[in-house]
Parts: sequence; C-alpha cells; structure tokens
Amino acid sequence: MAVNMTAAEAAHSDDPKHEGPHVVPGATLLGVFAALMALTYVTVAATNFDLGHLNLWIAMGIATVKASFVVLYFMHLRYDSPFNGFVFVVALAFVWLFLAFVMVDSVQYQPGINKLRLEQRQVDQ
Amino acid sequence: MSDKTHSEHEAGGHGHSRWLAHHFDTPEQQFFSAKLGMWIFLVTEILFFSGLFCAYAVYRRNYPEIFADGHHFLDTTMGAINTAVLIFSSLTMAWAVRAAQLSQKRVLIVCLIITLVCAFAFLGVKYQEYHAKWEHRLVPGQARLEKWFGVSESEGPVTRTDAGFHPDRHYVDEKIQKYSNRKLSQAELDDRAKNLGPFFGIYFCLTGLHGFHVICGIIAITWLLVRSLKGHFSAEYVEPVDCVGLYWHLVDLIWIYLFPLLYLIH
Repeated sequence: MAVNMTAAEAAHSDDPKHEGPHVVPGATLLGVFAALMALTYVTVAATNFDLGHLNLWIAMGIATVKASFVVLYFMHLRYDSPFNGFVFVVALAFVWLFLAFVMVDSVQYQPGINKLRLEQRQVDQ
Repeated sequence: MSDKTHSEHEAGGHGHSRWLAHHFDTPEQQFFSAKLGMWIFLVTEILFFSGLFCAYAVYRRNYPEIFADGHHFLDTTMGAINTAVLIFSSLTMAWAVRAAQLSQKRVLIVCLIITLVCAFAFLGVKYQEYHAKWEHRLVPGQARLEKWFGVSESEGPVTRTDAGFHPDRHYVDEKIQKYSNRKLSQAELDDRAKNLGPFFGIYFCLTGLHGFHVICGIIAITWLLVRSLKGHFSAEYVEPVDCVGLYWHLVDLIWIYLFPLLYLIH
C-alpha cells in the first residue's frame, strides 16, 4: 500500500487502520491505457499478414490480453474481493460451455444439412 | 473489522453516513454488497451477449466465405477510431473512480464529462457507419423499415420480399469483384451478394446491442455527473461511481472482441 502513493492518497489513509477500497495508482492506469492502445495497433497491423487460421487465433489472443488488462486494473479485480473474481470466472466458464456444446452440435450436423440442401436443389431443378 | 469501522464512523464526524442504507451495518459492507450485485449483473450481461457471439461462431465456422466477403464492407479505420475512443473513455472512467475515492470533486467532474464526450463521439462514428450501410441498402429488411418509417420510394403495403436483403447490387458487385482474383460470373455474384444478408444481420445485431449499451451508459454517466455536481460523492461514498464504471468497462470489453471479429477478418 505504501508504495506508489501520492500525497492525496497518503492523506486519505492517515488512519493506519483504514483499509477501504483500493485506489489504483494513476501511473498504473496510464500504463494500462498505453498497453491497450499499443495492442490495438498490433491487432490491426497483424491483419495485413496472411497466416491462415492463425489470424483468427492471434486476434482473439490479443483481444483476451486486452480484456484481461481492463478487467484486472480498470475493473479493479486484481485488488477486489476474490469472490467477485470467482463470479466472473464462473460466468466465463459457462460461456465456454455454451459455445463448446453448440459448436460440437453444429459441426456434427452441418454435413447432413449441406447434403439435404444439395438434394433439394437437385429436386428443384 | 468492527473495531476499524467504529473508529471510521467517529472520524467521519457524524455517527452515520448520509448514504448508508439502514439495512447495512457499515459503509464497507454496503460497498462490497453493491459491488457483488454489480458483478452478478455484469455476468448476466456477458451471458446475454454470448448468445449473439454463439450465432457468430456457428455462422463463421460453417460459412467462412460470407465473413471474408462481408468485412470488406466495413470501414476498418472507423472501427479503429472507435476502439481508441472507447479505450480512452475507459481510462477517464477509471480515473473518475479514483478521483471519487480520493474525494477530488473537480477531477471527478472533468473525468465524467470527458467520458460522456467520448461516448457521444463513439455513437457519432457509429452513426456515420450505419448511414453508409443504409445508403447502400445493406440493412436486412430495409424495404420493410422504409415503409414503416414512411420513407419508401415504392407505394403499397409491406410485401414478403420487403423483409429480405436487397442490397445496392451495383455497389456490392463492384466491391466483391474488386477483392476477387478472377472474373466472377453473374451467378456467383448473385450468390455472394445474397449471402451478405446473414453477415449484416449478425453485424447489426451485435453492434446494435452494443450501441444500445453505450446509450444506457450515457444515461448512467449523466446521472453520476448530476450527482457529483451536487457533491454527493467522496471517499466515504463511491459505489455508484464504481458500479457505473464497471458497467462502462464492460461495454469497452465487449467492443474489444467485436472489433477484431467483425472488422479485422483476413
């Protein structure tokens, strides 16, 4: 707590027992902002290179790094009650479960759908 | 814990904070309850958006060629500008929370105003983008919308075909041909122009829902601004600023994924 404290912050925590919500240092906020802008530039620049399927995964990887910065620092999860973090991570797990099940289903049935569509087209002709 | 809050109450000079609801024992308990409630709300928002992301994933997995064509119709520069605007507004919002925690009233007000300006700038750029899509008739069901709003050029009641996707073929064909490495036949162009429909359906649903959240954020930040002008917020009472801040960051978070998924397709 004592590190990176501005005068105002020090005045704020005059009471040694005070342990209210964490105040994120201004330098940290600016650093996170710079990182987010740099990563936005990287993700736009990366589109110029043809890496096949990798393009999508690189874009999603960069987006996830950016999202982590926002969640940990701007949204305070790094300093927050761990239970809030737990709630968030559980939600992400359920999103993953949702997407995974739908994709498994879709991959399974798509060839059948395509076949049906082809047959219908032949009947139409 | 109870020892500490007791001493805080005395330091406050008034045994009970003005903003402490009667069903909470201490301002801290109130703060952590509000934050937990906000996080649970944010989680429902994430799950809400995940339905649309799921639609995106299924379509992109099964029909990647639609997305390869579709993204040529989006303006990457506009998207990148909006990304930067939203990230900057996230910074000012985070700074507003910090200012409230440190009881810096003027900094708080300035940060909230900058955040609001950025939010309007985002919507302004979005309006430009939507307007260009409308001009090229790239909105699914546009003919029906035009009849509803009374701006249709054709007369008569709404027909079945009005609900479909009928883009400006001259513009669309030219663009698809431009990014193709061979001369496309008319049948191929017909097919690919028609297939842009699902792409723009997904595009307008995702960005539209996100834009709606930006508007809600503007309302919430305006409310914060009014209250901070009245001097309601200080180190003792920050949770409205903190919770609206969390909401605003979530709006940024969703855009962080939308931007590469819609605009940056190789």
